[in-house]
Amino acid sequence: MSTVINLDQSIVFLGQFPALTGVTMSIDQGEIVLIKGPNGAGKSTLLHLCAGLLPMRSGTGTVLNFDLQRQRMELRPHIGLLGHRTGLYPDLTVKENMKFWASAYGSNDNEIDKAMAFFGLSGRLESVRSQNLSEGQRRRTAFALLLIKRPSIWLLDEPYAGLDDNGRELVNSCILQAVEAGTTVLIASHQINNIGKSDQRTLQVKGGRITIEPEEPSKGDDHVS
Amino acid sequence: MFRDAWLVTKKDLLIEIRSRIVINQIAPYTLLILVLFGFALDADTETLRDTGPGLFWVSTLLVAILAIQRSVDIETSDSAIDRLMLSGISPTSIYIGKTIGLYIQLIILEVMLFIVMVVLFDMSVESYPLIIASAILTTLAISSSGTLYGVIASGLGVRETLLPVLFLPVLAPAIIGATRAFGDAFGRVSSDGWAWLGLLSVIAIVYTLVGMLTYGNILEDT
Amino acid sequence: MQSTEKQEFTTSRGTRFMGISLLIGIPTLLIFAFLLSPADDNMDDAVRLIYVHVPMAIFAYVAIITTGIGSVFFLWKKSRWWDTVAHASAEIGLILCGLVLITGSIWGRPTWNTWWEWGDVRLVTTLVLFLMILGYLALRQVPANPEMRAKRASVVGIIAAVNIPIINRSVEWWENNTLHQKSSLTDGKLENLTLFTLFLGFIVVGISYLWLMTHRFRVGWMTTEIETAGIAELIEERLNEGNSTVVNSQPQQKDGTK
Repeated sequence: MSTVINLDQSIVFLGQFPALTGVTMSIDQGEIVLIKGPNGAGKSTLLHLCAGLLPMRSGTGTVLNFDLQRQRMELRPHIGLLGHRTGLYPDLTVKENMKFWASAYGSNDNEIDKAMAFFGLSGRLESVRSQNLSEGQRRRTAFALLLIKRPSIWLLDEPYAGLDDNGRELVNSCILQAVEAGTTVLIASHQINNIGKSDQRTLQVKGGRITIEPEEPSKGDDHVS
Repeated sequence: MFRDAWLVTKKDLLIEIRSRIVINQIAPYTLLILVLFGFALDADTETLRDTGPGLFWVSTLLVAILAIQRSVDIETSDSAIDRLMLSGISPTSIYIGKTIGLYIQLIILEVMLFIVMVVLFDMSVESYPLIIASAILTTLAISSSGTLYGVIASGLGVRETLLPVLFLPVLAPAIIGATRAFGDAFGRVSSDGWAWLGLLSVIAIVYTLVGMLTYGNILEDT
Repeated sequence: MQSTEKQEFTTSRGTRFMGISLLIGIPTLLIFAFLLSPADDNMDDAVRLIYVHVPMAIFAYVAIITTGIGSVFFLWKKSRWWDTVAHASAEIGLILCGLVLITGSIWGRPTWNTWWEWGDVRLVTTLVLFLMILGYLALRQVPANPEMRAKRASVVGIIAAVNIPIINRSVEWWENNTLHQKSSLTDGKLENLTLFTLFLGFIVVGISYLWLMTHRFRVGWMTTEIETAGIAELIEERLNEGNSTVVNSQPQQKDGTK
């Protein structure tokens, strides 16, 4: 297994605010990593840094062998990021959103149909404008967009927000499938301790750096598999 | 690059077709400006005809500010910009795409404005080619600098006030040229309108180039 | 202020020299402009304004072009040094531009019989330039992430600088409308003393620009230093956020927490 994310003493400033104060971590291909921590601890910033969306003030880092200081542009197409906001165009329908991004990613119609069917977006919902969707439906659409992009790393920021039980199960099973196929998944979430894979890891973020890794994160009752 | 740019343009136009913000809200505003000028200048048709070319471009500029803000809002309202930056579409393509999208919308608004002005102010056109050529170039100057400045003014919490302060002076030279060219095309001034096209094309080209080179830099931290 | 601590003041031997030269230069320029040089045949005493008006106009251009160059280098090299240069030069450029407009309209009053002549290209285009720098400085005042603000301001600075040649070209298209005495400098009719006074004006304004620029740059640089000085404390503060479980700085060893 090769290392896909490697950060060494990464410091990231958001304006004058030191959001990350020296993160050191290394993540291997195919891992599922849960990132936990209180609000404002720097979880989202960490994900944005790994996506190549934020510059590092100091430290070094590579993601998929791209240098985070110099090759952020080249890295970005390989990243799937699901942020707090879903990043859909509110005036376009679900299908139109899917089609636009599919052509940007170079995915075909077959993939669109499969992804939409997987997340229960086929049929009536296809032609609903995304501003009229519920929070959970928007999130499902965002996940479908993640699927058609086929990124090597998934960075999921509170992916379960607004999802019902069925939605969570879909998300979990799609994460597991992706990991089977060699994708690396980072999840920042309050809501879940275990997504049902035995060798997941949990990192604790506090004060802008990774503190202790919790000993045994699993409660065992969140399994879906 | 151009395939990606066209993708962005098509998307922006599709959003406009669906939301009709420009047509339903911004276009009426254009007409209002024109009518208000009519009232303000005391219904003296001769004065209106003389000032018509200037009024046309001032109205276009004011409306362009709204269209620019709308064009930026599309990307920022639900953080679609993050996904766009991760999509592999280069910032230059995004810039070109959004500039063309804005360009097409502005041209449509201008055509509408032009027809209304010719009818309301009872103006006669002496040279359509000059009107068309100068409008094409001036609109390119407006949309290329507008797309750039829209992003510069965004995300700071003071966009409504900052954008006009930054954007209007930058276009003042273009508007001077465009007004002279229109003045000649309407037969209101006796200068050579075609001479101004040189200035207009220089401005349009320079602004487009600066935009292509710097847009990505600015986009980085919105 | 006889301080030897160079870091704490914006004064240095160089700026002191420039300051003293100005103390001598400005009165000399005034004497030449008002007493020694002759009045113009058709401009009369108003010609005396030219001795500051023209040099200030040129150095306003120089200042804005410096802003443009500083902006390009900032975007290219990402160095705060160039950004500080661009910012400092823009402020001085604004003052010079403003003075050019004021002296221009004072000069216009007796010469054209009006304070402001819309038909004059140079006056109008200088106003446009003035407004552009005003926008640039407005952007610099917006409370925001300094780096992001500097980047955006750089683009605005570049656009302002590229407008100088554009504006200058536009004068040619507008030629027949200008009321400006464009020829007076070149038609060789100027007397030697007039020419010398104008030359002196250039030197005095030039030194003023450099002098202000050095001081303003140093102030800007100090501001940046103050901003960056607090960073260590900020990080420390952030680290102690929440509680004191920050013990492990080497959490990267992977052990499959099963």
